[in-house]
Amino acid sequence: MIAHAIFFYIFSIIAIVSAIMVTASKNTVHSVFFLILDFISISCLFIMIGAEFLGMIMLIVYVGAVAVLFLFVVMMLNVAQQKNQWFLSKTSSRHIPIGLIISSIIFFELIIVVGGWKYKPDLINSSNTSLNNEISNTHSLGQVLYTDYIHIFQISGMILLIAMIGAIVLTFRQREGVKKQSYIKQISRERSEGVEVIEVASNKGVRIDD
Amino acid sequence: MTEIGLGHYLTLGAVIFTIGVIGIFLNRKNIIVILMSIELILLAVNINLVSFSIYLNDLSGQVFTLFILTVAAAEAAIGLAIIVVYYRNSGTIRVEEIDELKG
Repeated sequence: MIAHAIFFYIFSIIAIVSAIMVTASKNTVHSVFFLILDFISISCLFIMIGAEFLGMIMLIVYVGAVAVLFLFVVMMLNVAQQKNQWFLSKTSSRHIPIGLIISSIIFFELIIVVGGWKYKPDLINSSNTSLNNEISNTHSLGQVLYTDYIHIFQISGMILLIAMIGAIVLTFRQREGVKKQSYIKQISRERSEGVEVIEVASNKGVRIDD
Repeated sequence: MTEIGLGHYLTLGAVIFTIGVIGIFLNRKNIIVILMSIELILLAVNINLVSFSIYLNDLSGQVFTLFILTVAAAEAAIGLAIIVVYYRNSGTIRVEEIDELKG
């Protein structure tokens, strides 16, 4: 139990510090690196608490795909050099006090809810998808994911498909001056419009331009 | 202190959520940092769902975390595509210079 506490504090402190650094760091590339560190420490917490499948999926999806996508876009758009101060101009710094006040209000509301939160003792036995310690986490997730939640699962697949199509459509651009193959034109080409037989008189030559 | 309960995980989720909200409010840099703050907020929600799922002995929270993960990935892809298109059209993604709507 002591080891659990020690590891929880280590991982959560790393997660909180790197979350602060994501928002506060001046270089955007550093922000992406700290985002990766944040996801890794949170997925370590997930693995430690007993949700191994989700921890691994977080590693694969976030660190392997989303964070690399962010890094790719940051480096492609060349915004890493846009180093910038927090308090740049007079007009923009008016948002900062009200933003801080609203964020602290949100934080204290969440803390109040966490501190005063209670659940009914018979709530634990009320669900029909309770955790089973005899089979692994992945096994039990698969058992409910493909039976009870199959429709939501299919809809999430559709969401991913639509996101893929949307990203392609958004970033697709028809370039000017690019020569493209037209298969229809190539296939429907006749002999008469390609080759012409010309009678050439001797000692006259032929004029192609006519 | 040594007994880690549900409250510890919920507090961690609350802290990360608030950091994400602060990152959206106080952002003076480019929009990509705002997208990363949204990812932080979704991460905090995932922490809450997983810890509730473990401590209440109910698997539904982990299933919904999986769906939130899906939606977050789709949102990141679409958001980054929009940012790329905007950068191509206007040449900047700084938050202060995006004032087309005069808001």
